[in-house]
Amino acid sequence: MKVYASILKIRLLIGMQYRSAAWAGVATQFFWGFISIMVFKAFYEFAAVTPPISLKELITYIWLQQAFLAFIMLWFRDNELFDLITSGNIAYELCRPTDLYGFWYAKLLAQRLSSALLRCYPILILAFFLPKPYNLTLPPNVLTFILFVITLLLGLLLLVAISMFLYISVFITLSPMGSLLIFGVLGEFFAGLIIPVPLMPLWLQKIAYVLPFRWTADFPFRVYSGHITQSDAVIGVFIQLVYLLALLWLGKLALNSVLKRVVVQGG
Amino acid sequence: MIKVEGITKSFKVAKRSTGLLQAAKSLVHREHTIVEALKDISFTIEPGEIVGYIGPNGAGKSTTIKIMSGILVPDGGTCNIMGFTPWKNRVEYVKNIGVVFGQRSQLWWDVPVIDSFELLKDIYKIPQQEYQSTFDLLVETLELKDIINAPVRQLSLGQRMRCEIAASLIHNPQILFLDEPTIGLDAVSKIAVRQFIKTINQEKGVTVVLTTHDMNDIEALANRVILIGKGSLLYDGNLEELRKRFGSQKTITADYRKNPNPIDIAGTSVISWSPEHVVLSIDTEQTLSSEVITKLSSQVELLDVTIESQPIEDIIIQLYKEFQI
Repeated sequence: MKVYASILKIRLLIGMQYRSAAWAGVATQFFWGFISIMVFKAFYEFAAVTPPISLKELITYIWLQQAFLAFIMLWFRDNELFDLITSGNIAYELCRPTDLYGFWYAKLLAQRLSSALLRCYPILILAFFLPKPYNLTLPPNVLTFILFVITLLLGLLLLVAISMFLYISVFITLSPMGSLLIFGVLGEFFAGLIIPVPLMPLWLQKIAYVLPFRWTADFPFRVYSGHITQSDAVIGVFIQLVYLLALLWLGKLALNSVLKRVVVQGG
Repeated sequence: MIKVEGITKSFKVAKRSTGLLQAAKSLVHREHTIVEALKDISFTIEPGEIVGYIGPNGAGKSTTIKIMSGILVPDGGTCNIMGFTPWKNRVEYVKNIGVVFGQRSQLWWDVPVIDSFELLKDIYKIPQQEYQSTFDLLVETLELKDIINAPVRQLSLGQRMRCEIAASLIHNPQILFLDEPTIGLDAVSKIAVRQFIKTINQEKGVTVVLTTHDMNDIEALANRVILIGKGSLLYDGNLEELRKRFGSQKTITADYRKNPNPIDIAGTSVISWSPEHVVLSIDTEQTLSSEVITKLSSQVELLDVTIESQPIEDIIIQLYKEFQI
């Protein structure tokens, strides 16, 4: 466990070195959040039928999405790991007395945590003090908030497990771009990051509900706003856990099989 | 300590030919060639030895090191290091070894060196006290005091290499694999690195296997060399023997008072000649150097004479030629 704590520490240290990047990120996400809200607001004003999610819930959804970007975006990647694989520096990783899956999982988790820790507060605080209807609202009650924290963290663990497959695929393709694009576009779409899942056509919703992606973002954000009831949220936590265990198991299996075939080229 | 028996490894390499048409063809059908990187390599290394592992580029040195450090799985053969099979008990095994790949880096680029060390301490689960004493020793002997707090990206290659070596030894391994540790270093850093390897070998009894292209490294450190070429083991023995077997050539350089007559002494060959200076090459197995000097002094008025053994570099070149590698 101590290893993982030190990885988090070193990651935070690295993150701190790029403070201006963090501020630039905050500004971008804030701007992006505003634009999305304005677009959705325009749609809502002229909606012929009552949308399946209220504007207030939607705005909360978008602000949470922007604040916890590092928790939910698949394209948020660790280039260092890609470099390790493509340059052959992975040789050193294989000389360490640790299980590689756990080690990398911890690295990826630490990177997302450190990035989110540096960036989420300014967005959350600012979004709270915005004028209506643009503001972020508090969850309906304390229990909902607790459920939100649990589902968000489980969602993060799940997302890291999904993203591990991205890194594993690079062992075979040796170029991260293809996997990143496919994973990024499909994963983020079905996680409800482009259009919130409740606003998708029914047939698309059915697909999104089967795939694991929505459990990383759509689910915790809707728990927060109360759009998903507390009893449904508790069931969802179990589904998240099942997905998490299954993906961890599959990921470990996949990594072990590519490691057997790994060839570190060059002197 | 290290027992390698009959290791073989081959790589499948896609054939690529030039030209657009060929490239288009390879989209559909690809031809592969099998490159045999290692053919039946066997050797044994005792505890406390320093072994120089040499061979031309592409001979299979790094492949052997990678197999011995558990990174590559060989196609055949067995390898027993301290009771472990490296690629089978990887996690258990690697605690006992340190590896330096001269062309790669294990330090975190953006943070001070010391932070990388701290992380390694936790990865290897080193107790604080043990860590501190090893750390102090490494900092002192490798002269890291001034650079330990600088981010890796600000270090020069020589400084970084010293840190890399320290990082590989922070967990007190019993075996150290060095894959070209002196590559790209200046003379001062090279000597520092060599001195250090010698120290840990003598004081801590660390077994060292190093690959290098710098024969001075071998001469300064290793009493035993293993030579491989094209994947086969060609020579395994001490350096002296290698010299005796292949290095009986000596050169005699002489300065003398101006003498226009060319020098011709039986059993020698003239490498260069001028009226005041001559360089002769002799084979000490056939001709004694003292005889040559006696004859030389009878022909000219000698001012200065030096006798040199053939540089080890030349012996290696000769060896490579002889084995056609």
